[in-house]
Amino acid sequence: MSRGPLSLVVALLVCLVVSLFGENFIASNFAYYYDILITIGINIILATSLNLVNGYTGQFSLGHAGFMAIGAYASGSWSNHLDPVIFGLLGGPTNPLATNVGLFVSMFFAGVLAAIAGFAVGVPSLRLKGDYLAIVTLGFGEIIRVAILNTDFLGASRGLSVIGSYTNLFWTYGSVVLCTYVVLGLVHSTYGRGFLTVRDDEVAAEAMGINTTKYKVLAFVVASFFAGIAGALYAHFKAFITPEGFNFFRSVDVVVIVILGGMGSTVGVTVAAVLLTILPEGLRALAHTQFVPPAYQGLLENRLILYSLLLITLMLTRPQGLFGERTASKERFSRSRGN
Amino acid sequence: MDSLLKLDNCTIRFGGLTAVASFSMEIRKRELVGLIGPNGAGKTTVFNMVTGVYRPTEGNVLLAGERLNGLKPYAITGKGIARTFQNIRLFSSLTVFDNVRAAFNLHLRHGPSHALIRGKAFLKEESDIENRTMELLKIFNLDRLREAMCKSLPYGDQRRLEIVRALATQPRLLLLDEPAAGMTPTEKSNLMRLIEFVQETFDISVLLVEHDMRVVMGICKRIYVLDHGVRIAEGPPEEIRRDPKVIEAYLGEGPGEEGKGEGAGGER
Repeated sequence: MSRGPLSLVVALLVCLVVSLFGENFIASNFAYYYDILITIGINIILATSLNLVNGYTGQFSLGHAGFMAIGAYASGSWSNHLDPVIFGLLGGPTNPLATNVGLFVSMFFAGVLAAIAGFAVGVPSLRLKGDYLAIVTLGFGEIIRVAILNTDFLGASRGLSVIGSYTNLFWTYGSVVLCTYVVLGLVHSTYGRGFLTVRDDEVAAEAMGINTTKYKVLAFVVASFFAGIAGALYAHFKAFITPEGFNFFRSVDVVVIVILGGMGSTVGVTVAAVLLTILPEGLRALAHTQFVPPAYQGLLENRLILYSLLLITLMLTRPQGLFGERTASKERFSRSRGN
Repeated sequence: MDSLLKLDNCTIRFGGLTAVASFSMEIRKRELVGLIGPNGAGKTTVFNMVTGVYRPTEGNVLLAGERLNGLKPYAITGKGIARTFQNIRLFSSLTVFDNVRAAFNLHLRHGPSHALIRGKAFLKEESDIENRTMELLKIFNLDRLREAMCKSLPYGDQRRLEIVRALATQPRLLLLDEPAAGMTPTEKSNLMRLIEFVQETFDISVLLVEHDMRVVMGICKRIYVLDHGVRIAEGPPEEIRRDPKVIEAYLGEGPGEEGKGEGAGGER
């Protein structure tokens, strides 16, 4: 096995081992941190996948929450209707095999459905550029949200209770590993240089024989697939989802992570996802210490103000993001050659 | 000699404006042909017609007998026509090496799924491409700049890199859009030698669209002259230099002369 797939397998095994031996310990002793850990994982998946579209391929999508919603509701209602069948075959909701198989199947279904939606949206809209594409994807995200809001089958505005919360460290961080591997693996190949050429200069890319539409659609479909996976993990983590959880601001949150991390830098985006997930929690903790006068507690708790301040500061001092995009052009991944 | 590219009575109209009228041209294999004309003559329109940016309103563009009308630019490059740009358009966030490597994309046998599985065949193709990229860069003395960002290169090197990138698509015909624009006389002389070198080494046809008379007259075997969207002359450099219609198009009409419409009609 060459080094790429080997590192994937090793990383997945690490996730499995940690999950097998550490899951219960962390979840029962540090429940609060466990929740943050899962949320971080979900945000990394969202940001890394969106980075393929917004960062590497240079298309501005503002509809990531829409695809996440599709994944969440798809896996949620899939589990509600079909988990009893799986449990019947594999031995009840107390059997870890049954719950894990159930979660895997519903995650896969969620990813595929979101990818199909990504294809359906991508093919007509990716001929648009810049602001226009942003508006179309924004509109799409809202359509999804409003459609769910008016679908009684999916709980409408009441929200949807999802059977069991089966999301665990393995599936969350396994998906993080897989998503990162897919994005890096695609980009760091001669084929994948095509994504970057589309970002740099579409006219020149076409003149070099690169089918830019194909690349844009591929990036969009892959990103939607993982947004769907993230949605499925989210649904099985919260066990209760509402359309409001997937509104425009959710998309913006992901875009902010991508910009903060540095468009086209997977490392930067991952770090930014961790930081921006911890930040509001850390500020909340800080707000209730003796160091902060009560009058300022509200300010510290309001992450939106701090988000904005942080973004403004960062964009003024490091417009290329935390890590810039040096990691995109540095070739380590593909030159771990096997010759 | 065999014909490679053939423009057969091509006309392009933008609304009521005829940018190019029944233009015919032929480029044979291993031929270095020039296309000249004063500002606004329609040179770039012809160029865009061949590369698929515009579709001819009438007439056919044929490459080795195959119709190219209506094909997308990337598909036309796939058929074997590569181009450079008047205002350099390199992939600015990529290194010199990656700029050329990206152009090998066209003839890849391994797609995205192979990039994820990274099997033996995929890795072999990747290292083949690396070797071929380095060979190309070496020919043009750019190999030591491999990891440099292409933006940081001097102007002349950027021009050369653009030609290298176009050659990486393995073209049969190379189109150069005003490559001498903005160059000093020394750089122009180097460029002329470079173009001849490319034509001979890679055994391809070259169409040079150029403003600079010295460059075109110096290296082209045959020249087409365009004025107001109409072909006014065709022939070897010596003839073109003496052609009254060409002189008139470049230097303007003498008082009372009225040869233009007539001349254009006669050429057809």
